[in-house]
Amino acid sequence: MRYLPLNEDDRAAMLARIGVSSVDDLFADIPDDARLGSLIEGLPEHAGEMAVERHFTALSKRSLSAGEAAFYCGGGAYRHHVPASVDHLIQRSEFLTAYTPYQPEIAQGTLQTLFEFQTQVAQLTGMGVANASMYDGSTATAEAVRMAVRITRRNKCVLAPGLHPHYAQTVHTSANGDKIEVNVLPPAMGKDLAVVDKLDNDTACVVVQNPNVFGELVDLTPLAEAAHAAGALLIAVTTEVISLGLVKSPGEMGADIVAAEGQSIGNGLNFGGPYVGLLACKDDRKFIRQAPGRFAGETVDASSKRGYVLTLSTREQHIRREKATSNICTNSGLCTLAFTIHLALLGELGLRKLAGLNHARACVLADRLGTIEGVEILNTSFFNEFTVRLPGNAAHAVEAMAKSGVLGGIPASRLFGAGEFDDLLLVATTETNTDDDDAVFEMALREVL
Amino acid sequence: MAMNSTGRPTAPADAQSTAQDVDTFSGSRGLLQAEPLLFEVGAADKCGVDLPDVPEHTSRLGGLERSEAIGLSGLSEPEAMRHYVRLSQRNYAIDLGLYPLGSCTMKHNPRLNEKLARLAGFADVHPLQPQSTVQGALALMGELSHWLCAITGMDAVALSPKAGAHGEWCGMMCIRAALQERGELSTRRRVLVPQSAHGTNPATAAECGFDIDELPADATGRVDMDVFRSKIGPDVAAVMLTNPNTCGLFERDIREIADLVHEAGGYFYCDGANLNAIMGKTRVRDLGVDAMHINLHKTFSTPHGGGGPGAGPVVLSKRLSQFAPVPYLVQDGDAWRLVEDDAQAEEKPFGRMCAFHGQMGMFTRALAYMMSHGADGLRQVSEDAVLNANYLLARLKGEMSPAFDGVCMHEALFDDTFLKNTDVTTLDFSKAMIDEGYHPMTMYFPLVVHGAMLIEPTETESKESLDRFADTLLSLAVAAKSGSSDRFVSAPVLAPLQRLDETQAARQPVLRWREA
Amino acid sequence: MSKIYFTEDHEYLIVDGDTATIGISTYAAGQLGDVVFVELPDTGKTVKKGDDIAVVESVKSASEIYAPVSGKITHANEALEDEPETVNGEPQGAGWFFKMTISDVSELEGMMDEAAYAEFTRE
Repeated sequence: MRYLPLNEDDRAAMLARIGVSSVDDLFADIPDDARLGSLIEGLPEHAGEMAVERHFTALSKRSLSAGEAAFYCGGGAYRHHVPASVDHLIQRSEFLTAYTPYQPEIAQGTLQTLFEFQTQVAQLTGMGVANASMYDGSTATAEAVRMAVRITRRNKCVLAPGLHPHYAQTVHTSANGDKIEVNVLPPAMGKDLAVVDKLDNDTACVVVQNPNVFGELVDLTPLAEAAHAAGALLIAVTTEVISLGLVKSPGEMGADIVAAEGQSIGNGLNFGGPYVGLLACKDDRKFIRQAPGRFAGETVDASSKRGYVLTLSTREQHIRREKATSNICTNSGLCTLAFTIHLALLGELGLRKLAGLNHARACVLADRLGTIEGVEILNTSFFNEFTVRLPGNAAHAVEAMAKSGVLGGIPASRLFGAGEFDDLLLVATTETNTDDDDAVFEMALREVL
Repeated sequence: MAMNSTGRPTAPADAQSTAQDVDTFSGSRGLLQAEPLLFEVGAADKCGVDLPDVPEHTSRLGGLERSEAIGLSGLSEPEAMRHYVRLSQRNYAIDLGLYPLGSCTMKHNPRLNEKLARLAGFADVHPLQPQSTVQGALALMGELSHWLCAITGMDAVALSPKAGAHGEWCGMMCIRAALQERGELSTRRRVLVPQSAHGTNPATAAECGFDIDELPADATGRVDMDVFRSKIGPDVAAVMLTNPNTCGLFERDIREIADLVHEAGGYFYCDGANLNAIMGKTRVRDLGVDAMHINLHKTFSTPHGGGGPGAGPVVLSKRLSQFAPVPYLVQDGDAWRLVEDDAQAEEKPFGRMCAFHGQMGMFTRALAYMMSHGADGLRQVSEDAVLNANYLLARLKGEMSPAFDGVCMHEALFDDTFLKNTDVTTLDFSKAMIDEGYHPMTMYFPLVVHGAMLIEPTETESKESLDRFADTLLSLAVAAKSGSSDRFVSAPVLAPLQRLDETQAARQPVLRWREA
Repeated sequence: MSKIYFTEDHEYLIVDGDTATIGISTYAAGQLGDVVFVELPDTGKTVKKGDDIAVVESVKSASEIYAPVSGKITHANEALEDEPETVNGEPQGAGWFFKMTISDVSELEGMMDEAAYAEFTRE
């Protein structure tokens, strides 16, 4: 077996040194009737690289990948170009095969990149500080709600009608154990301001997504003012972080906590994971002490050289156990690395241009699709994703387009369930699309309608 | 001074001079290049990505254009390569050397897995594409489920949890849902958790709204059964137990524990962090487990990546599987289908744990690992992991102090008795290992052992590697006992940095760079 | 005339009439190592003996502070928020945590005096 270095001579010598006659003597504590006498049933025996690769390649071919199609799906996961150097760098052994940086003297690579990541996230969101990442945007949102409940010592939260339904469900499930009252406003376009009517003296936070799940841009400023006037916090959610290159940051609009999906920068679609959750908040000790997850912080070593450590760990489960701010242990280490490298390659100039390009492509596409008879663009504003009303069932249209190699968006019913939104299609585009792709999409949509 | 034939000195002029005394002008030290922060080397107008031109368009941002600069720094591609390569060289890694972190299972990460995870049919598919266009990806998830159920003997698996702690939460929420259905959630408040448990266990149970009741360890390092029997009762929701436990020992009384908790109407949650010790040797189903998470990033070799991402699928018994969260996978003939919302569900999902369907990138890697090993190889993995740990235990026990008598499973636990009457602590001993070129073992965990040192070599190490490591630790132990504390209390001196001031970091937190 | 008492949880109370100043003992501060943060109780809060009402943290540990007697919190030492190191420097002086009015002075019975506490911590 290519991954196992011991040979039979080694094993025999080691058993002799231990003083047992067979390896099964080391498993003597397993109850007799629970011991497996033979190999695990139902599984094949070992396989070489070629055999495994053949199997995986055959499976892979059974899916239509985004790169093979004209591709217009978004809904919380976006296909952007990731420079080749990003994937090369994250595969360096020293990053790929390192553990959590608990021994800072020999983990400065991971720690410094985390510190840089935290800084970039704080800059991007316009917030004071950011943590070293969460699993993804949806779990970051759920953690942000729990954090707001601890900070305000109130137990209600209000979720805006434009919040991604998966996010709303995640918040709802996560609040269940904690007896947090979750008020989910029914999904609707153009109604995010309605959260203001639900504010009361027990409200810990309102959660508003921008751009929202329909792709609309939401001015958070009046929401922040109303929340603050009621003693509540505003949690701003973003599922498409590239938008922050062009759109006012949540910090500038008064958000107290930001939860975002960072996948768009540095990370591929990967069928939904692993992604990278961003969590940023005000630079206020009251907030930071209630934050979940890891923080890297700057300090000095014994010879006064600058260095980085994981810090403020007394909030975390390995020290605080049942009183921890969260049970989270793992972060999205390697995905944060991909994020920070890609964003470093982009820089201020590149991110702004990339965001501008995404918006421009969406504007061009909206104009193009708007010329189709019976197709209505519902958004008045958007970044790189918008909602289209079709003259029929959107799920059927999407299935039909897929047969001709076009992945033409996400039917709203996939997210909201069948019913009210059956004729709505969420369409996203990015810098990866060209005018030719748009023309293919347009033609396919005309054909299926 | 010794001169060679070309007239150059063959040896350092002054042997007293040691590496750490040399201060260089550049700040670099040989191959170790100095590297400031991104924000100190980059610039706002530098960019390492060339983008196509922006087409003509009428902007539709609704008046929300960003007016302020973001403040980001950019790098050209060559600068970026140097920045990150230089930083990478300040990290220890499995590919560099033995990584004996107990409880973490730092095994080799096969590169085949990396290659296969990047195949377009898994890496370049969108989670919300029509399901008819992602049958390959769904089939892979189905195969992974089959392997995980076969290895554990369990009935079903929830794939969406994104890490071990997320998996614990999934399992405990299934238990919570089952209790709720029975109408006993308000009366069953207690979850029994050993003192030796990972901190995630009590944190998870608390997140699910339960009260934590700690179980002490007995003199052999296992659950104290007298105390356990006294604590079991009609108000117990569940017991959360790691097996093998965090002392590296198999819980001999696990069947009795399972029976007692079941008789009392509660459930048995098993923390599967240490599955690497028992694959192919026993199935958790046969031990009476109701739910267990599996850390794909431990047992099944998906890379730790400096702290993540992980994946924590949860295997479930028949009576809990109906409560598994959405989305879940079902097979209709040859086709695979995801059930994504409660309205479609024939079962009784407790809810949704995250957007989309879980860590696909980890599923591919883990399945490639499992298929490469097969049923025979997986059993060999556990046997070699346990053999390696016991070999280290046998080699070290003369100079170091094992916390408990007898053999261990996949990790060997020592306490700091052997450092008694020296000036050396567990921390100092660990830091001295860094100077010897090793990553330290897990320190001060589990909490039930004083000055704990938990060593998990995994099956990845050769006998030669283990011997070199044992020789080094034995030498360090002898040095500590002989009263020479210098090499310990100042250690490390040969790492990129010396000990860091964690007190300052916590008292005056600096969590981001700011322009001076 | 004030009198000092100690609890088995290594807290001290300097009692003057029905008011008490509470902190952790010099011995405890030494055991804890560098204090990095103190979470203080809200003033005005009524507490029962044994409630956990504050937390003192070092880099790798967090220890609960229990109300040593029942009563009402009257002051919290907010200076510790910015200078937690005072707990190490002057634990039984400027490093006090909070002051409270005692609702039942009989709860002080059985607590250790200075000599008894010195004996208690001699091990």
